[in-house]
Amino acid sequence: MEPLDQIKSRLEAAVPGVRLAIIPNDTPANQPSLLVDAEHALMAAKFLRHDAQLRLDYASNVTGVDWLDATLKEKVKVKKVVDGVEKEVEETVEKKKPGYLEAVYHLYSMALKAGPVILRQRTGNRIDQVHLPSLTPVWRSCEFQEREIFDLYGIVFDGHPDLRRILMWDGFKDHPMRKDYVEPDDYEYEPTPHDDVLEKAKQRRSADLKT
Amino acid sequence: MDEGLRSELSKQGVFTTTIEGLYNWGRRNSVWPLQFGLACCAIEMIATTMARYDLARFGAEVFRPSPRQADLMIVAGTVTKKMAPQVVRLYNQMPEPKYVIAMGACAISGGPFKQGYNVLKGIDRYLPVDVHIPGCPPRPEALIHAFMTLQRTIDSQRLTGPGRPRHLDAAAGSEFPVPQFGEHDLVPPSNPEIWQPPQLTRAK
Repeated sequence: MEPLDQIKSRLEAAVPGVRLAIIPNDTPANQPSLLVDAEHALMAAKFLRHDAQLRLDYASNVTGVDWLDATLKEKVKVKKVVDGVEKEVEETVEKKKPGYLEAVYHLYSMALKAGPVILRQRTGNRIDQVHLPSLTPVWRSCEFQEREIFDLYGIVFDGHPDLRRILMWDGFKDHPMRKDYVEPDDYEYEPTPHDDVLEKAKQRRSADLKT
Repeated sequence: MDEGLRSELSKQGVFTTTIEGLYNWGRRNSVWPLQFGLACCAIEMIATTMARYDLARFGAEVFRPSPRQADLMIVAGTVTKKMAPQVVRLYNQMPEPKYVIAMGACAISGGPFKQGYNVLKGIDRYLPVDVHIPGCPPRPEALIHAFMTLQRTIDSQRLTGPGRPRHLDAAAGSEFPVPQFGEHDLVPPSNPEIWQPPQLTRAK
């Protein structure tokens, strides 16, 4: 299996206009992933499947990730006038990083016994721009897994043959795997609470629950 | 009946019993369970019916596929909120007298998956449970013990009087309301007539 930057350059040559990025992974797993933009994702997927050197014909896992709006604090050296003298002072600057939802595809090649190549797609934001192209026309195994991502994260896959909830019931309104999901309060009976369940139990029975 | 007289008569070859004893003996020795395995506890339930821990010698010869022919529902496994209305519907379809055994931690209270978004915290929120079996999963011997406890309960049920079981009491209902799918949770989250959260008093 060729290295990821080689795949990236061949993909850029094959699909004109595609915007790719390599997301590094510094963990012991060492699995960097290829970020593809939503407009050209389907063409990129078709190239990955049909290219003779890659032949990635099996999407073994499709999952979602929820990135919340984050603020990064950076220390920046800024020239400021302090007590009449110009000095370089360290200031913390806050940079706002807007949140988004992501779909991550793990692709293997059964024909060449190689892999994995990890593909990512990001949505615009978490609120209203949550549409992504479905890669089910390319890899059939994405069908149920994209339904699961739709159910649990709320990403709407355009072009999916049968997009409906798979784990929760159809009338359910929330997306449970999002980081800001609030679960319903049915913790009436908690004989041995600990960690965050302890907080919930304390709110219910603040009079007689000891720490 | 006087025990001394009974033993004297039985020595002479005369066997005496009560209608109640005979009725309950027939009922408890032929409890037919409904095939209702949901998750891992179902494997232990299957193991209990197989050769080593044979449940058939207690009368549970056939696990009925249809609720109309069963009198015991062994809820074996995690009850998800999506499955809960179907569990209650199947229970409603069983004819009286019917019993429920909640097998395993998940059926009792949600078990190890209690904080899950789709896990019902115990089937006793919607159904009256007769025997709870703790364990994850409970051993086949524990299921046999629960079955024997159920048999003892059936034995002690009177035919007349205020403590008589539901199937002999015309006023008692045998069907329970099926929970509906709400927008965030099941509606209602529990059946207040059957289940009230038990009072906890902490040791000081």
